[in-house]
Amino acid sequence: MSPNGHDHDDHDHDDHDHDHAHPHAPPQKDHDAGPVGAYELLEEAVRSLLIEKGVLTAQEIAAQVDLMDSRSAALGAKVIARAWVDPAYKRRLLKDTRGALAELGIDIGTLAAFRVVENTPKVHNVITCTLCSCYPKMLLGIPPAWYKSLAYRSRVVVDPRGVLAEFGVEPPQGVEVRVHDSTADLRYIVLPMRPKGTRDWSEADLAALVTRDSMIGTAIPAAPGKPKGASKRKAA
Amino acid sequence: MSVQGRRQSNKRPAARFAPGEAVRIATRPVLGHCRTPWYLRGKMGTIAQVHGTFRDPERLAYHRPGLPAQVLYKVRFKQSEVWDRYPGPAGDHLEADIYEHWLEPLT
Repeated sequence: MSPNGHDHDDHDHDDHDHDHAHPHAPPQKDHDAGPVGAYELLEEAVRSLLIEKGVLTAQEIAAQVDLMDSRSAALGAKVIARAWVDPAYKRRLLKDTRGALAELGIDIGTLAAFRVVENTPKVHNVITCTLCSCYPKMLLGIPPAWYKSLAYRSRVVVDPRGVLAEFGVEPPQGVEVRVHDSTADLRYIVLPMRPKGTRDWSEADLAALVTRDSMIGTAIPAAPGKPKGASKRKAA
Repeated sequence: MSVQGRRQSNKRPAARFAPGEAVRIATRPVLGHCRTPWYLRGKMGTIAQVHGTFRDPERLAYHRPGLPAQVLYKVRFKQSEVWDRYPGPAGDHLEADIYEHWLEPLT
Protein backbone atom coordinates (compact mmCIF):
# COMPACT_ATOMS: atom_id res chain seq x y z
CA MET A 1 0.00 0.00 0.00
CA SER A 2 1.09 3.53 -0.61
CA PRO A 3 1.42 5.76 2.45
CA ASN A 4 -2.13 7.08 2.20
CA GLY A 5 -3.61 3.67 1.71
CA HIS A 6 -4.42 4.53 -1.88
CA ASP A 7 -3.13 1.50 -3.67
CA HIS A 8 -4.02 1.37 -7.29
CA ASP A 9 -2.25 -1.79 -8.28
CA ASP A 10 -4.65 -4.37 -7.02
CA HIS A 11 -8.06 -3.04 -7.76
CA ASP A 12 -9.79 -2.14 -10.91
CA HIS A 13 -11.99 0.73 -11.78
CA ASP A 14 -12.85 0.34 -15.39
CA ASP A 15 -15.52 2.95 -15.28
CA HIS A 16 -13.28 5.93 -14.52
CA ASP A 17 -9.70 7.08 -14.52
CA HIS A 18 -7.76 7.91 -11.36
CA ASP A 19 -7.67 11.62 -11.56
CA HIS A 20 -10.17 11.90 -8.73
CA ALA A 21 -10.53 12.03 -5.03
CA HIS A 22 -12.80 9.32 -3.87
CA PRO A 23 -12.20 8.07 -0.38
CA HIS A 24 -10.04 4.99 -0.46
CA ALA A 25 -8.50 6.13 2.80
CA PRO A 26 -9.87 8.36 5.55
CA PRO A 27 -9.03 12.05 4.96
CA GLN A 28 -6.93 12.07 8.10
CA LYS A 29 -4.22 9.48 8.31
CA ASP A 30 -4.37 7.08 11.22
CA HIS A 31 -1.65 7.98 13.70
CA ASP A 32 -0.29 4.44 13.68
CA ALA A 33 -0.63 3.84 9.95
CA GLY A 34 3.10 4.09 9.23
CA PRO A 35 5.64 1.31 9.43
CA VAL A 36 6.35 -0.03 12.91
CA GLY A 37 9.51 1.50 14.34
CA ALA A 38 12.33 -0.31 16.11
CA TYR A 39 11.35 1.07 19.51
CA GLU A 40 7.74 0.01 19.09
CA LEU A 41 8.91 -3.51 18.29
CA LEU A 42 11.25 -3.44 21.26
CA GLU A 43 8.44 -2.26 23.57
CA GLU A 44 6.16 -4.98 22.32
CA ALA A 45 8.82 -7.64 22.74
CA VAL A 46 9.68 -6.54 26.28
CA ARG A 47 6.02 -6.22 27.24
CA SER A 48 5.24 -9.70 25.91
CA LEU A 49 8.18 -11.15 27.78
CA LEU A 50 7.21 -9.48 31.05
CA ILE A 51 3.72 -10.92 30.75
CA GLU A 52 4.94 -14.33 29.61
CA LYS A 53 7.35 -14.62 32.52
CA GLY A 54 4.73 -13.53 35.00
CA VAL A 55 6.50 -10.30 36.05
CA LEU A 56 3.48 -8.20 35.12
CA THR A 57 0.00 -8.93 33.92
CA ALA A 58 -1.66 -7.26 30.95
CA GLN A 59 -4.24 -5.89 33.40
CA GLU A 60 -1.51 -4.24 35.49
CA ILE A 61 -0.04 -2.59 32.40
CA ALA A 62 -3.47 -1.36 31.29
CA ALA A 63 -4.15 -0.07 34.81
CA GLN A 64 -0.88 1.90 34.79
CA VAL A 65 -1.70 3.41 31.40
CA ASP A 66 -5.10 4.42 32.78
CA LEU A 67 -3.49 5.90 35.87
CA MET A 68 -1.18 8.08 33.78
CA ASP A 69 -4.08 9.13 31.55
CA SER A 70 -6.11 10.08 34.60
CA ARG A 71 -3.48 12.55 35.79
CA SER A 72 -3.98 16.13 34.79
CA ALA A 73 -2.87 19.57 35.85
CA ALA A 74 -6.03 19.77 37.97
CA LEU A 75 -4.21 17.64 40.51
CA GLY A 76 -1.30 20.05 40.72
CA ALA A 77 -3.71 22.99 40.87
CA LYS A 78 -5.42 21.47 43.90
CA VAL A 79 -2.07 21.26 45.67
CA ILE A 80 -1.15 24.85 44.82
CA ALA A 81 -4.51 26.19 46.00
CA ARG A 82 -4.13 24.35 49.31
CA ALA A 83 -0.68 25.84 49.76
CA TRP A 84 -2.12 29.31 49.09
CA VAL A 85 -4.79 29.04 51.75
CA ASP A 86 -2.85 27.07 54.35
CA PRO A 87 0.64 28.40 55.25
CA ALA A 88 1.43 25.35 57.39
CA TYR A 89 0.59 23.08 54.48
CA LYS A 90 2.81 25.19 52.23
CA ARG A 91 5.73 24.73 54.61
CA ARG A 92 5.21 20.98 54.63
CA LEU A 93 4.89 20.95 50.83
CA LEU A 94 8.22 22.73 50.40
CA LYS A 95 9.98 20.58 52.96
CA ASP A 96 8.50 17.12 52.40
CA THR A 97 6.69 17.16 49.08
CA ARG A 98 5.88 13.46 49.03
CA GLY A 99 4.33 13.57 52.48
CA ALA A 100 2.37 16.74 51.77
CA LEU A 101 0.97 15.27 48.55
CA ALA A 102 0.00 12.09 50.38
CA GLU A 103 -2.02 14.26 52.77
CA LEU A 104 -4.22 15.17 49.81
CA GLY A 105 -4.46 11.54 48.75
CA ILE A 106 -2.00 11.99 45.89
CA ASP A 107 0.38 9.11 45.36
CA ILE A 108 3.32 10.15 43.19
CA GLY A 109 4.75 6.68 42.90
CA THR A 110 8.27 5.63 43.67
CA LEU A 111 10.15 6.38 40.47
CA ALA A 112 11.12 9.96 41.24
CA ALA A 113 11.39 12.37 44.12
CA PHE A 114 9.51 15.66 43.91
CA ARG A 115 10.52 19.20 44.76
CA VAL A 116 8.39 22.32 44.85
CA VAL A 117 10.09 25.62 44.05
CA GLU A 118 8.36 28.76 45.21
CA ASN A 119 7.94 31.94 43.22
CA THR A 120 8.39 35.06 45.32
CA PRO A 121 8.46 38.79 44.55
CA LYS A 122 12.21 38.29 44.04
CA VAL A 123 12.41 34.94 42.21
CA HIS A 124 10.61 33.54 39.19
CA ASN A 125 11.22 29.82 38.63
CA VAL A 126 10.96 27.91 35.37
CA ILE A 127 11.37 24.17 34.81
CA THR A 128 12.96 22.22 32.00
CA CYS A 129 14.92 19.06 31.31
CA THR A 130 17.67 19.57 28.77
CA LEU A 131 18.69 15.91 28.69
CA CYS A 132 15.33 14.43 27.79
CA SER A 133 11.98 15.75 28.92
CA CYS A 134 11.54 14.89 32.60
CA TYR A 135 8.22 16.26 33.79
CA PRO A 136 6.09 15.85 36.93
CA LYS A 137 3.50 13.71 35.13
CA MET A 138 2.06 12.37 38.35
CA LEU A 139 0.94 15.93 39.22
CA LEU A 140 0.50 17.60 35.84
CA GLY A 141 -0.43 14.80 33.47
CA ILE A 142 1.04 14.30 30.01
CA PRO A 143 3.41 17.17 29.10
CA PRO A 144 2.59 19.56 26.27
CA ALA A 145 4.48 18.99 23.01
CA TRP A 146 6.42 22.24 23.35
CA TYR A 147 7.85 21.16 26.69
CA LYS A 148 9.45 18.19 24.97
CA SER A 149 10.65 20.20 21.97
CA LEU A 150 14.34 20.75 21.37
CA ALA A 151 13.59 24.45 20.89
CA TYR A 152 12.13 24.95 24.38
CA ARG A 153 14.65 22.71 26.15
CA SER A 154 17.68 24.32 24.58
CA ARG A 155 16.50 27.92 24.48
CA VAL A 156 15.04 28.18 27.96
CA VAL A 157 18.45 27.61 29.57
CA VAL A 158 20.31 30.00 27.26
CA ASP A 159 17.75 32.80 27.12
CA PRO A 160 14.99 32.14 29.66
CA ARG A 161 13.69 35.70 29.57
CA GLY A 162 13.37 35.56 25.79
CA VAL A 163 11.41 32.31 25.99
CA LEU A 164 9.24 33.55 28.87
CA ALA A 165 8.41 36.71 26.90
CA GLU A 166 7.06 34.49 24.11
CA PHE A 167 4.68 33.06 26.71
CA GLY A 168 3.75 36.59 27.77
CA VAL A 169 5.72 36.44 31.01
CA GLU A 170 8.16 39.29 31.57
CA PRO A 171 9.71 39.35 35.04
CA PRO A 172 11.25 42.76 35.85
CA GLN A 173 15.05 42.99 35.63
CA GLY A 174 15.24 43.09 39.42
CA VAL A 175 13.51 39.71 39.74
CA GLU A 176 15.83 36.71 39.51
CA VAL A 177 14.87 34.25 36.81
CA ARG A 178 15.88 30.82 38.05
CA VAL A 179 15.92 27.94 35.58
CA HIS A 180 15.75 24.42 37.01
CA ASP A 181 17.26 21.80 34.72
CA SER A 182 15.87 18.55 36.12
CA THR A 183 18.77 16.43 35.05
CA ALA A 184 18.49 13.59 37.54
CA ASP A 185 16.10 11.80 39.90
CA LEU A 186 13.97 14.76 40.93
CA ARG A 187 10.90 16.27 39.36
CA TYR A 188 10.07 19.93 39.88
CA ILE A 189 6.88 21.90 40.07
CA VAL A 190 6.57 25.66 40.51
CA LEU A 191 4.48 27.10 43.32
CA PRO A 192 3.28 30.35 41.73
CA MET A 193 2.42 33.44 43.73
CA ARG A 194 -1.20 33.80 44.71
CA PRO A 195 -2.78 36.45 42.49
CA LYS A 196 -3.69 39.73 44.07
CA GLY A 197 -7.37 40.38 44.58
CA THR A 198 -8.15 36.80 45.61
CA ARG A 199 -8.15 37.33 49.33
CA ASP A 200 -11.61 35.98 50.03
CA TRP A 201 -11.63 33.34 47.29
CA SER A 202 -12.46 29.72 48.04
CA GLU A 203 -9.85 27.02 47.62
CA ALA A 204 -11.77 25.57 44.66
CA ASP A 205 -12.00 28.96 42.93
CA LEU A 206 -8.29 29.49 43.50
CA ALA A 207 -7.47 26.07 42.04
CA ALA A 208 -9.31 27.07 38.87
CA LEU A 209 -6.78 29.90 38.41
CA VAL A 210 -3.78 27.59 38.52
CA THR A 211 -2.84 26.57 34.99
CA ARG A 212 -0.48 23.84 33.91
CA ASP A 213 1.94 26.41 32.49
CA SER A 214 1.97 28.36 35.74
CA MET A 215 3.30 25.23 37.45
CA ILE A 216 6.02 24.89 34.79
CA GLY A 217 6.85 28.57 35.17
CA THR A 218 5.83 29.74 31.71
CA ALA A 219 2.70 31.51 32.94
CA ILE A 220 1.55 33.53 35.91
CA PRO A 221 -1.88 32.85 37.33
CA ALA A 222 -4.08 35.90 37.24
CA ALA A 223 -7.47 36.62 38.71
CA PRO A 224 -9.97 37.63 36.08
CA GLY A 225 -11.40 41.09 36.60
CA LYS A 226 -13.82 40.69 39.47
CA PRO A 227 -16.72 43.08 39.68
CA LYS A 228 -15.51 44.44 42.98
CA GLY A 229 -12.02 45.84 43.09
CA ALA A 230 -11.43 45.17 39.42
CA SER A 231 -9.24 48.24 39.22
CA LYS A 232 -6.89 46.69 41.75
CA ARG A 233 -6.12 43.81 39.43
CA LYS A 234 -2.43 43.80 38.74
CA ALA A 235 -1.63 40.13 39.21
CA ALA A 236 0.36 39.59 36.07
CA MET B 1 14.13 -4.78 38.63
CA SER B 2 12.12 -3.73 41.61
CA VAL B 3 10.20 -0.49 41.54
CA GLN B 4 12.64 0.78 44.12
CA GLY B 5 15.51 0.31 41.69
CA ARG B 6 16.10 3.94 40.91
CA ARG B 7 15.47 5.38 44.31
CA GLN B 8 17.64 5.92 47.31
CA SER B 9 19.68 2.92 48.34
CA ASN B 10 20.11 1.94 51.96
CA LYS B 11 23.77 2.80 52.03
CA ARG B 12 24.25 6.47 52.72
CA PRO B 13 27.73 7.71 52.00
CA ALA B 14 28.46 11.01 53.69
CA ALA B 15 28.06 14.01 51.44
CA ARG B 16 31.45 15.39 50.42
CA PHE B 17 30.14 18.90 49.85
CA ALA B 18 27.97 21.18 51.96
CA PRO B 19 25.54 23.90 50.88
CA GLY B 20 27.39 27.09 49.94
CA GLU B 21 30.59 25.31 48.88
CA ALA B 22 32.07 26.23 45.51
CA VAL B 23 32.48 23.42 42.99
CA ARG B 24 33.47 22.90 39.39
CA ILE B 25 31.81 20.39 37.08
CA ALA B 26 34.30 17.85 35.79
CA THR B 27 35.23 17.96 32.11
CA ARG B 28 36.22 14.33 31.62
CA PRO B 29 34.84 12.55 28.59
CA VAL B 30 32.13 9.95 28.92
CA LEU B 31 30.84 7.18 26.75
CA GLY B 32 27.20 6.30 26.97
CA HIS B 33 24.48 7.41 29.35
CA CYS B 34 25.32 10.39 31.53
CA ARG B 35 23.13 12.91 33.36
CA THR B 36 25.66 15.74 33.53
CA PRO B 37 24.78 18.11 30.68
CA TRP B 38 27.61 19.08 28.36
CA TYR B 39 26.87 22.78 28.67
CA LEU B 40 27.74 22.70 32.37
CA ARG B 41 31.07 20.91 32.12
CA GLY B 42 33.95 22.97 33.41
CA LYS B 43 31.54 25.54 34.88
CA MET B 44 31.80 26.81 38.41
CA GLY B 45 28.83 26.80 40.76
CA THR B 46 27.87 26.49 44.39
CA ILE B 47 26.07 23.73 46.23
CA ALA B 48 22.49 24.85 46.80
CA GLN B 49 21.12 21.69 48.36
CA VAL B 50 22.06 18.10 49.16
CA HIS B 51 19.27 15.95 47.73
CA GLY B 52 20.33 12.63 49.20
CA THR B 53 21.69 9.42 47.77
CA PHE B 54 20.64 7.85 44.52
CA ARG B 55 21.89 4.92 42.51
CA ASP B 56 24.32 5.90 39.78
CA PRO B 57 22.39 6.29 36.49
CA GLU B 58 25.56 5.76 34.47
CA ARG B 59 25.60 2.19 35.75
CA LEU B 60 21.86 1.65 36.07
CA ALA B 61 21.53 2.39 32.37
CA TYR B 62 23.53 -0.74 31.62
CA HIS B 63 21.74 -3.14 33.95
CA ARG B 64 24.24 -2.69 36.76
CA PRO B 65 23.00 -2.17 40.32
CA GLY B 66 24.13 1.46 40.20
CA LEU B 67 26.38 1.07 43.19
CA PRO B 68 28.12 2.72 44.85
CA ALA B 69 25.18 5.08 45.12
CA GLN B 70 26.02 8.73 44.54
CA VAL B 71 25.11 11.76 46.57
CA LEU B 72 23.03 14.07 44.39
CA TYR B 73 23.31 17.85 44.71
CA LYS B 74 21.43 20.83 43.45
CA VAL B 75 24.16 23.02 42.01
CA ARG B 76 23.54 26.70 41.43
CA PHE B 77 25.24 28.57 38.59
CA LYS B 78 25.29 32.21 37.67
CA GLN B 79 23.91 32.43 34.16
CA SER B 80 26.80 34.75 33.30
CA GLU B 81 29.18 31.93 34.32
CA VAL B 82 27.40 29.39 32.13
CA TRP B 83 27.04 31.56 29.02
CA ASP B 84 29.56 34.13 27.84
CA ARG B 85 26.86 36.29 26.31
CA TYR B 86 23.93 35.72 28.65
CA PRO B 87 21.42 38.41 27.67
CA GLY B 88 19.68 38.78 31.06
CA PRO B 89 20.63 40.57 34.29
CA ALA B 90 23.47 39.40 36.55
CA GLY B 91 21.04 38.11 39.19
CA ASP B 92 19.70 35.29 37.00
CA HIS B 93 20.68 31.73 37.87
CA LEU B 94 20.43 28.20 36.62
CA GLU B 95 20.22 25.16 38.87
CA ALA B 96 20.86 21.56 37.89
CA ASP B 97 21.02 18.26 39.75
CA ILE B 98 24.53 16.82 39.58
CA TYR B 99 25.91 13.61 41.09
CA GLU B 100 28.91 13.85 43.37
CA HIS B 101 31.36 12.06 41.07
CA TRP B 102 31.02 14.95 38.63
CA LEU B 103 31.90 17.61 41.21
CA GLU B 104 35.39 18.92 41.89
CA PRO B 105 36.20 21.07 44.92
CA LEU B 106 37.19 24.67 44.29
CA THR B 107 39.42 25.88 47.07
